[in-house]
Amino acid sequence: MTELQADQGAQALEIPHAQAKTQRNRDALIALAVFVVLALLPTVFSSKLLLDFVIRCAAYGLFATSLNLLVGYTGLISFGHGMFFGLGAYGFGLMMQKTGVPVPVAFIATLVITFVVALVIGAICVRLKEIYFAFVTLAFQMLIHSTILSWVSLTGGDQGLRGGIPRPPFLGIDLSNQLHLYVASCALLVIGLYLMHRIAQSPFGYTLRMIRDNAMRASFIGIDVWRAKLTIFVLAALFASTGGIIMALFVSGAYPEFAYWTISGEGIFINMLGGVTTFLGPMVGTVLLLILNDTVTRLTEYHGLVLGIVILFFAIGLRKGLMDFVVEWYAQRRNNAGERG
Amino acid sequence: MLEIRSLSKSFGGVKATDNVTLDFADGSLTAVIGPNGAGKSTFFNLITGALKPDSGQILLNGIDLAGRSPPEIVRHGIGRAFQVASIFPSLTVQETMLAAVCADQRRASVMHRRFPLAETRDRAEHAMELLGLAGKRNRTAATLSHGDQKLLDIALALVLDPKVLLLDEPTAGMGTEERWRMIDKVRELWETQKITVVFIEHDMDIVFKIAPEIIVLCYGRILATGRPDAIRRNEAVIEAYLGTEHHTGAIA
Repeated sequence: MTELQADQGAQALEIPHAQAKTQRNRDALIALAVFVVLALLPTVFSSKLLLDFVIRCAAYGLFATSLNLLVGYTGLISFGHGMFFGLGAYGFGLMMQKTGVPVPVAFIATLVITFVVALVIGAICVRLKEIYFAFVTLAFQMLIHSTILSWVSLTGGDQGLRGGIPRPPFLGIDLSNQLHLYVASCALLVIGLYLMHRIAQSPFGYTLRMIRDNAMRASFIGIDVWRAKLTIFVLAALFASTGGIIMALFVSGAYPEFAYWTISGEGIFINMLGGVTTFLGPMVGTVLLLILNDTVTRLTEYHGLVLGIVILFFAIGLRKGLMDFVVEWYAQRRNNAGERG
Repeated sequence: MLEIRSLSKSFGGVKATDNVTLDFADGSLTAVIGPNGAGKSTFFNLITGALKPDSGQILLNGIDLAGRSPPEIVRHGIGRAFQVASIFPSLTVQETMLAAVCADQRRASVMHRRFPLAETRDRAEHAMELLGLAGKRNRTAATLSHGDQKLLDIALALVLDPKVLLLDEPTAGMGTEERWRMIDKVRELWETQKITVVFIEHDMDIVFKIAPEIIVLCYGRILATGRPDAIRRNEAVIEAYLGTEHHTGAIA
């Protein structure tokens, strides 16, 4: 069952114009409802740990979902997507430290920088196929990581951006206040997921699916495959960068680890955990990974071993991510019920 | 009108297409035949942009398409179906058609609207009806039978409203009955759609039954062109297929 069928209850596609508008409004209302629920969470649970957890979920969730636009929707397996997470964190942190511009200006400027860098790197990488694409993106990530380490006067080298990131209030929002940061992170997460979902459900989203399935055939129906891949590469970079900005705000700094290959590895790990065939798979994977990380590291120093076993369970046992498994199981159950009826 | 002028392509020392000059009249139905390795698929690959020719021209209504990219060539009106059905396995038949029309309408990059677009429906519906796939609209392409996958491949080319449709062995891998059903469908499409159809085929019964014009390729060169009767009697063609120990009427 495809997503389109799932959305439409496996009915023949009926006419889209009015229906599409209703669907869009429905998506926007769901996004708003999710935001309201998240924003009201602190009134029910006063735990600061919970707020921190959700902020980290927002950062990694945006990053992992953006990676799934490449991996799951386009078939581009990037081993270097983490570079844009790091770029977001460092770009924003440096902008705030060195220029003292208001937060929204630094936010937009960071996205502009990410856009330019992603455009250049993407123009080179998306020409390459499969494993070559994966490794050249990894090479670019290591280049950026090495630059961060060696350009000590600007980035602080292996110590990262020290001294904290100034977060002057704007429009009554004070991001140095944990509650304000929490609400802002939730807003960015919901807006980011909403936009990515719209991309996935748009004609462009289906163009990406065609490229993933059969790029050669896509070019023979008039699709400029290179341009489509570059577009999604840059868009995914912008969402990953937003995740990095949230992380920089959260830790009030930026560290070389944010741009290291392990971040990309975690992104792929999250996608494997949550699943790549459903839009919310990476978000579920993010929550799972962070819970695992937080609990396992408290219990044992061998947390890497435990995480390895978990991923083996998903990769070899289930052979799919959790959401993929749940959706398949549900579809199977519905089919069986239909046959019995 | 599709005009091929002195088209050549070599791979190392092998001339896969050797100075081929041909004309395909508007609305014609032409079969391309030839022994294995004759350069039939290379010829199609050159016309559709999958390969760049070393020299020569491919003129569609006077516009030279030689060396252009596949998307550009498709937009000029040359559609193609493949020897091995080339489809999008995870998409349903209907999604495939709707997305293809989107691409043809230059809406493949639209992000502010939800798929499917209302203005793509009629064409997608028409193509599915034409190829008899409407009843399988909600089946994912991967779950279709081999014959239906071939039909979907042709539908993908046809939904783009091509002026010229190139079919690379539309009956490849099919059983006898299925072959005839497919070839009847090809002929029906040619008659109803009034487009230029060029197809590669190995089954001589099919070729001589439905093709008003036949082109014979051998070692990348044109060995013969003409109507079925003339091709059937052509000594060079018989020799190319059967060697020198031939007898008249061997190709039937």
